[in-house]
Amino acid sequence: MAHSKDVKKNGPISKGVSRRGFLKGLGATSLGVAAASKSELLAKLEHAPSPNGTLLGKNAVALTLNINGKIHQVKVEPRITLAEVLRDNLGLTGTKTGCERGACGACTVIMEGATINACMTLAVDAIGQKIETIEGLESDGKLSKLQESFIENDGLQCGFCTPGIIMSSKNLLDTNPKPQLEEVKKAVSGHICRCGTYPKVFESILAAGK
Amino acid sequence: MPREVTLKVGVGKNLKERIVEIPDNAPRPWDGSDDLKYVGKRVPRVDGRDKTSGRAKFTFDIQLPGMLHAKFLRSKYPAAVIRKIDTSKAIKYPGVKAILSVQDKLPLIVRFAGQEILAVAAETAHQAAEALKLIEVTYDVRKFVVDKDLAKEKNAPTVFNTQVEEKLTEGDLPGEHSEVTQKGNVRGPNISPKDATPEKIDAALASSFAVVEATYRTQVQTHSAMETHGVVVDWTAEDKLKCWASTQAVFAVRDELAGSFKLPKSNVRIITKHMGGGFGAKFGVGIYGVMAAKLAREAKAPVRLMLDRKEEHLCVGNRPDSVQSLKIGADNDGKLTGIKLISYGTAGTGTGAGTSGPAKNIYEYDHFYSEESDVFTNAGPGAAFRAPGHPQGAFALEQAIDELAYKLKIDPLEFRKINTPNNEIRQAQLKIAAEKSGWARRNPNPGADKGPIKRGIGIANSVWYYFYGRNFQVSTQVNNDGTVKVTNGVQDLGTGITTVIVTIAAEELGLKPSDIQVSIGDSEYGYGPASGGSVTTGGLSPAVRDSAYAAKMKMFEIAAPMLETTADKLAAADGKIFIKENPDKSLSWKQVAKKIPGDNFIAIGERKEDYHKLDIGTIHGVQIIEVAVDTETGVVKAERVYAVHDCGRPMDLLTTESQINGGIIQGISYALFEDRILDRNTGIMVNSNMEQYKIAGALDTPEIESVVLNVHYGQSSTGAIGIGEPATVATAGAVGNAIFHATGVRVRELPMTPDKVLIALEAMKGASS
Repeated sequence: MAHSKDVKKNGPISKGVSRRGFLKGLGATSLGVAAASKSELLAKLEHAPSPNGTLLGKNAVALTLNINGKIHQVKVEPRITLAEVLRDNLGLTGTKTGCERGACGACTVIMEGATINACMTLAVDAIGQKIETIEGLESDGKLSKLQESFIENDGLQCGFCTPGIIMSSKNLLDTNPKPQLEEVKKAVSGHICRCGTYPKVFESILAAGK
Repeated sequence: MPREVTLKVGVGKNLKERIVEIPDNAPRPWDGSDDLKYVGKRVPRVDGRDKTSGRAKFTFDIQLPGMLHAKFLRSKYPAAVIRKIDTSKAIKYPGVKAILSVQDKLPLIVRFAGQEILAVAAETAHQAAEALKLIEVTYDVRKFVVDKDLAKEKNAPTVFNTQVEEKLTEGDLPGEHSEVTQKGNVRGPNISPKDATPEKIDAALASSFAVVEATYRTQVQTHSAMETHGVVVDWTAEDKLKCWASTQAVFAVRDELAGSFKLPKSNVRIITKHMGGGFGAKFGVGIYGVMAAKLAREAKAPVRLMLDRKEEHLCVGNRPDSVQSLKIGADNDGKLTGIKLISYGTAGTGTGAGTSGPAKNIYEYDHFYSEESDVFTNAGPGAAFRAPGHPQGAFALEQAIDELAYKLKIDPLEFRKINTPNNEIRQAQLKIAAEKSGWARRNPNPGADKGPIKRGIGIANSVWYYFYGRNFQVSTQVNNDGTVKVTNGVQDLGTGITTVIVTIAAEELGLKPSDIQVSIGDSEYGYGPASGGSVTTGGLSPAVRDSAYAAKMKMFEIAAPMLETTADKLAAADGKIFIKENPDKSLSWKQVAKKIPGDNFIAIGERKEDYHKLDIGTIHGVQIIEVAVDTETGVVKAERVYAVHDCGRPMDLLTTESQINGGIIQGISYALFEDRILDRNTGIMVNSNMEQYKIAGALDTPEIESVVLNVHYGQSSTGAIGIGEPATVATAGAVGNAIFHATGVRVRELPMTPDKVLIALEAMKGASS
């Protein structure tokens, strides 16, 4: 999962609009007034300025996304998250969602060298960014050393959280090829594995880092 | 004709001979003298490639052309009567294709916040969510109660006005469903032994040399599998249903759907190729499955209905909480005289809050008495959860045992030995656990560390039982190019049964695991177990072996004339079929397969009764846990765990270890973090997410050293027993005992969060000053 400082350090997405930031931009009043009619709220939504001055929504917009080195064009509503586009529009269902609010880490992908929660990232904010998902780790039908290590060391049980954990692990090894156990634990600390596979996750990452 | 074989059976290396009668067409059971090539070794998960590459399609990932997305409207009140629902605006919302109420006629009685009212299917999930907001429900709000102690009071609002029949789920313990009375919100007590009265136990405890008595409280824990409950349903013809389900029991889901829609079983197909965890909550088709199928029929399109995280916490199961008053006594030799347990708890609108399993089944004692009751509250129903009743029961019992040991000035580990004298497995496990953990070096005095961070080491026993099921059908198909495919309908929850199947078939056929293809998770395959009660491996593995053995015998018949011998003189290993007495005379597996008449043959293995009853019908475990308690902040950290467990003959050590790790980590999570919190003023769960409902993560994970003690029974062709449940029973009790050893203070309430630790520490200060 992304630690906010990593994201900031790596820059790119801070220029975009996060879902939270977008809502904040509406101003406290519109959200605070419970009695506001739906049409009033929608009108405000439609006229909410985005930080770079362009107006998006509520209708679908065309996006060009760079996923695993391939260019994809999709047309989605601006409220659609990166996780939704990956799964629903591009059929890249390796990226899971487990909580839809950035708490479980299942949707972790790498954007411009930083791990992010794809469920908390609007697809429009991924325009022009290099996105890596679990499907991009294989090359020519061959699993990466990291994936092989997860199999070899049984770093998975039901496998639902596994793609996200592997993406965080990859990001760790990309920046720190021979991590210590404590660094490994920290790198995957944003993931929930309900099967409780963590010890063998650590072993898998450490072995891949050797 | 049955035949007799002499097997080496026993615990670890302590083996003795036992004559076992087996069917003539069955393989000699693996026993203590067999050192096998793959079985019991470390075979990597065969679905690992799919799961690490993102290719594995879970139910969550199934996308069909024209598929609609469905969502539930759920009650926002914990108790209400709904007399009017207006869907006229919602049905006009763009993309909406169908809206159906869960109940054909109103009024609908609501018994917990989150109960299903109706479901909407729309072209996108967002449209379905928007449409839900347009539905107007007229609630006649009623009084409710979510606190089980208030619910027990005379004037409490009653959750049910009728007698509740206990719902049978396949994850429950057999025999725990008994006729009990229901009065107000209290169902029970269920008394054990049957028809007993407390006089005997009270007299026994009164005359005991030492007695301890205390009340323990445990919380509600939600299953929180990473993949939520749900289905994707497709009517492939007017009377034919195909359903991908995230389930622990494909055949039960098929039966329930067939029953709901009055379809023949053969017209309903359930598929569960990969499944993101269940832990006991995913046995039936659920209201979500039935509603998805109804919506799909109504809208004439496939429907996906996966619950969200909030629904997962509210509606589809949890481990009931408990209040356990436990009184136990011993004589001056440290022998237990009696155990008396009075327990109640709430499974919300469900039943199953019993906790007496550990108290009844771990130790040897003279007298036993228990009373257990369910208290109904306006909360989501409980469900079987990994060793139902046992982590809660062991939390209380194992702390009481510990307390009694300290009172008698007997070492807590020694005390456990004294009270399990006739259980060879437990004796062996306690010895191993003591050696591994360096128990003898432990400071016998609690709270001995000087600084603010105090370390302690605690021990607890676990107990589970051997269930295995019957009549499972496994088929092994051998094609004339030598390829082999093993098939059974069973689902893999993440426990690794797929890998176990391959391991066993490879072993029996003398092939490599990579030579075996496997197909599971489909109700059109042979009958397989529902994965509950730790039955899957113990239940299915003998049928796998027997099927592979039958296939091997067929191959031997084909090979015999080729090698100018008879089939009974042949053996298979390393991809070859050869004459036992003269291994140089051999043929490759492929050479023999070429001679298969036609294209292929299929050999069936069937799970029958075990060859004999186990001498000890329980499964055991000992966990020793080291904790660090920060006495200034109250934070407890589990640092190291030594776990010794038995599961008959382990089939694959790698996945067995993972199950043990998982049981321990879930146990630590239960001990220290997890807590479903309902606001008693509104009846609403306040932490129905994954950041405030705390689940142990990587940084909470202790170092774990586990030992799997081989126990050979010769009861089936594989001798396997499950491990899923036993591994989570002891943990919370061991953590509690470790906290006591660290601080000298008992925390008798779960989860043992900093506030409770600090309160307990303060109470001790108060008592000693």
